[in-house]
Amino acid sequence: MKDLIEVDIKVPNHTRYLGMIGKIGEDIARTLKNYEGDREELAYHVNLVLTEAMSNAIRHACPSPSSSNGIHITISIIRNSLNIRVFDKGAGFDPETLPPPDFKGESEGGRGLYLINSVMDKVIYRKHKNGYVLEMIKRLN
Amino acid sequence: MVVDINEKDGVLLMEIQEERLDAHNSGELKSRMLSLFEEGKVNIVINLSEVRFIDSSGLGALVSGYKNASARNGNLKLCSLQPQVKSMFELTRLHRVFEIFPSSDEAIGSF
Repeated sequence: MKDLIEVDIKVPNHTRYLGMIGKIGEDIARTLKNYEGDREELAYHVNLVLTEAMSNAIRHACPSPSSSNGIHITISIIRNSLNIRVFDKGAGFDPETLPPPDFKGESEGGRGLYLINSVMDKVIYRKHKNGYVLEMIKRLN
Repeated sequence: MVVDINEKDGVLLMEIQEERLDAHNSGELKSRMLSLFEEGKVNIVINLSEVRFIDSSGLGALVSGYKNASARNGNLKLCSLQPQVKSMFELTRLHRVFEIFPSSDEAIGSF
């Protein structure tokens, strides 16, 4: 397939890898062929959604840090669509029941999923094998 | 986390010497700010000029500092935001919560 990119990453369940994963996402965004939008903005957004999804998986989904409970991420570009999946083996959550962020600024948390939804075109959280996957899609044209 | 701390005209200037403010280091920033509040330093300017990337945890840590400073009758202001970092404050409407200045001198002078 023309211009197909597929990156498959597994990292331990720890926040020290957030920067590395974010940077991989940024580099992919900067390298894309035929993207006419703001490339630096796209790079930031890819970094952001990877960071948010991965820290969410670490915080809420994985009960204990162990190699068997690592984070699995795939980044693929297929037919002008950037598709990022973050898999976890935790108990999952229902994105529909999450309250919207507190825009008055009094709350410290609760902005992660809002940010992901704001910068991506489609976000799906669903069951997958023994865990869940957060799938985030961005159209590139 | 590397943070340079200097006091000027009774205001504490915290310069974050990190490229990223995220879930990995935001907890440390929160505890650094808490220690300062406990020492009675309640007027703080955070210089973000070196921060290229901020996530929801980083924003949350700053909100925590802001709330703690306000609760102690102080204030926490921000300065020197890079454009992409500033856009995160706008996306989450936090630019309406924080006072944000182009330079540390302007932020310190505003107290």
